[in-house]
Amino acid sequence: MKLRKKPLSAGVLTLALAVTLAACGGGAHGGGAANGAYDKNATVNIGSLYEPQNLDNTAGGGQGVTEALNGNVYEGLFRLTDAGKVEKLLAQDYKVSGDGLTYTFTLRDGVTFHSGKKLTSQDVKYSLEKVLAKDSQSARKADLEVVKDIATPDAKTVRVTLSKKSVSFVYNLSYVWVINSQAKELKTTEDGTGPYKLNKWTRGSALSLDRFAGYWGDAAKNKQVVFHYYKDATALNNALLTNGVDVVTSEQSPDALDQFKSQRNYKVNDGNSTTKLLLAFNDKAKPFTDVKVRQAVSAAIDDKKLLDSVWGGYGKLIGSMVPPTDPWYEDLTKVNAYDVDKAKKLLAEAGYAKGFSFTLDTPNYDPHPTVATFIKSQLAKVGITVEINTITPDQWYTKVYKNHDFTATLQEHVNDRDLVWYGNPDFYWGYDDKQVQNWIEQAERASTTDEQTELLKKANRKTAEDAASDWLYLYPQIVVANSKLSGYPVNGLNSQFFAYNIEKR
Amino acid sequence: MTRYLVRRLVFLLVSLALASIVLFVLLRMLPGDPANALTSVGASPEQIAAARHSIGSDRPLPQQFAHWIGQLAGGDLGTSFVSSLPVGPEVAQRLNVTVPLTLSAFVLAVLIAVPAGFLAAYKRHTWYGALLNGVSQLGIAVPVFWLGMILIAVFALNAGWLPSGGFPQDGWDAPGDAISSLVLPVVTVALVMSASLIRYVRSAALDVLGSEYLRTARALGSSFGRAMWRHGLRNAAVPVISVLGIELASTLLGAVVVESVYALPGLGSLLATGIAQHDYPVIQGVLFVSTLAVLLIGFAADLVQRIVDPRLRGRLSGGGVR
Repeated sequence: MKLRKKPLSAGVLTLALAVTLAACGGGAHGGGAANGAYDKNATVNIGSLYEPQNLDNTAGGGQGVTEALNGNVYEGLFRLTDAGKVEKLLAQDYKVSGDGLTYTFTLRDGVTFHSGKKLTSQDVKYSLEKVLAKDSQSARKADLEVVKDIATPDAKTVRVTLSKKSVSFVYNLSYVWVINSQAKELKTTEDGTGPYKLNKWTRGSALSLDRFAGYWGDAAKNKQVVFHYYKDATALNNALLTNGVDVVTSEQSPDALDQFKSQRNYKVNDGNSTTKLLLAFNDKAKPFTDVKVRQAVSAAIDDKKLLDSVWGGYGKLIGSMVPPTDPWYEDLTKVNAYDVDKAKKLLAEAGYAKGFSFTLDTPNYDPHPTVATFIKSQLAKVGITVEINTITPDQWYTKVYKNHDFTATLQEHVNDRDLVWYGNPDFYWGYDDKQVQNWIEQAERASTTDEQTELLKKANRKTAEDAASDWLYLYPQIVVANSKLSGYPVNGLNSQFFAYNIEKR
Repeated sequence: MTRYLVRRLVFLLVSLALASIVLFVLLRMLPGDPANALTSVGASPEQIAAARHSIGSDRPLPQQFAHWIGQLAGGDLGTSFVSSLPVGPEVAQRLNVTVPLTLSAFVLAVLIAVPAGFLAAYKRHTWYGALLNGVSQLGIAVPVFWLGMILIAVFALNAGWLPSGGFPQDGWDAPGDAISSLVLPVVTVALVMSASLIRYVRSAALDVLGSEYLRTARALGSSFGRAMWRHGLRNAAVPVISVLGIELASTLLGAVVVESVYALPGLGSLLATGIAQHDYPVIQGVLFVSTLAVLLIGFAADLVQRIVDPRLRGRLSGGGVR
């Protein structure tokens, strides 16, 4: 029996210190073939492993609430598309003052909440204050604390003053749901402006959304979507095979994919996730204080072979903390690439010609134990002995994350734009480089996204050259769908799953 | 009889009180901090402290215990740490799945096991008697999840007759869907349960078949059927009932496995989620309700035994049930 593991990735590491407004990426594009007429009144059944804890994303709703409600039920002033681009949504337009400290947003006309109330600037102010509130558990709270003042000169205008420049402010607003300021019981009900309204949430089982007739934009291309929640991946795949669900938002193991690939009725989409698997060194613990040792370990591990054995052809090699959907991505897989001879040479230079031994704190759930065994056998070839110490997510959080009491560990980091953690010397991996910290700080204070992108590229290259961590691979984002479906998102950026463009034949 | 009932009820309440103490203490002895599940990376010590404070896990244990017992006395199971929604309605909703599942499986298991067990005893020298016995032995060794996977593969994936899992969102308001989604889980549990029941029924039946009172009844001119009905069944029922009570209780608690295989939103899956998230109020709530159910089942089994067997009526705890 395989119960759903407690995903540290989803539970603990969901916070990213996001930095900027995206400048790259095309329009939103969906998976699946689009031909022939679709059923405008179809019900789309979506299978997922991530049930919301509650329906409030400032009260610990978790990954599931983003998946089900973001963009579907709630909308922000801006939207982050599946390709990583930031678009205007409830904001008709906005202006930034010359000093970069004042943002003036004009709201779109004719927007009503599901309750029937018209959207006004008061609602936007309320929603932003809700994220910033003392008891808010929003993952974006820290990023938005640059907000100094929110003014509402008229019903259509919101003016936000920042305490210091923040080029990511607009990007961060794509995470802020605009909620009716008079709404109550937000943990179990909703009042948003999105193309769907909540029909019913049956905890432990399903959440259904109905097309909202009063939507300001283009109506959803289906009448109803139902998110069905599963704890067990096998049960979820069985549901897809028996038409219990039409699409699975995120496959977590390659084992089941063959049964879908071999059938014409299903499409397996290999998208870009933002989840990176890291061999994270404690850069403040010997011997990983030495750059050469970190480079040697990185060069001694054949990432491609590892990725193939874990994901069987899916996923990507990255060579840095930055996934392809971040605007400052560049291919750095050549830096500290697999080269056993070079690894041996580097070890000799660092004074470890005969190798050394270290303990690898390994979370007890997939894929970490498998990966740890692989690393152990790879490093044995250059004379390094790995002691595998298996720990629970809770122990990881206390021992590694809080107390920094480790030499090296394995961990998945799920967020987009999370390179910025290398600019914080107190983060658990203890990477401390003044120049990188400067670049990352300056990037956030940049005036344009181009400037920001340039600075973050520099920071990324430096961390990669320093082998601050060993970025083993980027997880694939695999959406499997019945071939009757098209128009679904394939990258699952920020765990969103926009359902309104899904066409069912 | 009244005196017996009163004493038995007192016994039940005392057991429940003891169980709630054990439950509370054991949970608090688990390693880990529930606040970890609530805070995200980058959380400052102040934020973690605030999370602890908001769920009350920073208060002294006796105070937390008193708080919980106080809530229980008012019929309130508390509020989940993780979802911050009340636990009581959640448990009640899950019972809508787990109770029908367990009871139907139990009835089906009895319907299979009693005739089969009796046949295995009565016809023990024939090939099918031996076969029944062998199959039931094999059945005991079969894990629930494995049988579940086989049934899903055959009846859902290949034949497409029944859903492979899940429960309709409208629950029992969609009775057709609700029933069809419970067919396979019920059969799975019933088959596994009946395998061990057959063995108890068979051995009880063997005792009866070899007994002197049955021979005497037959010698006095009673037909075999009549003798079995009047004397055999009653005597055989006593040990079987106590086993039935235990089986029913363990099925209720073991529902976590079958609910996981069939993706059913029942009590077991709620418990599994609660444990994974260190959500003490949820775990306590589920275990408290299960404990109550187990005690009630034991009580009921006891009572039935006393009705069936007058010899037990002078004793407090009945024929060896707890």
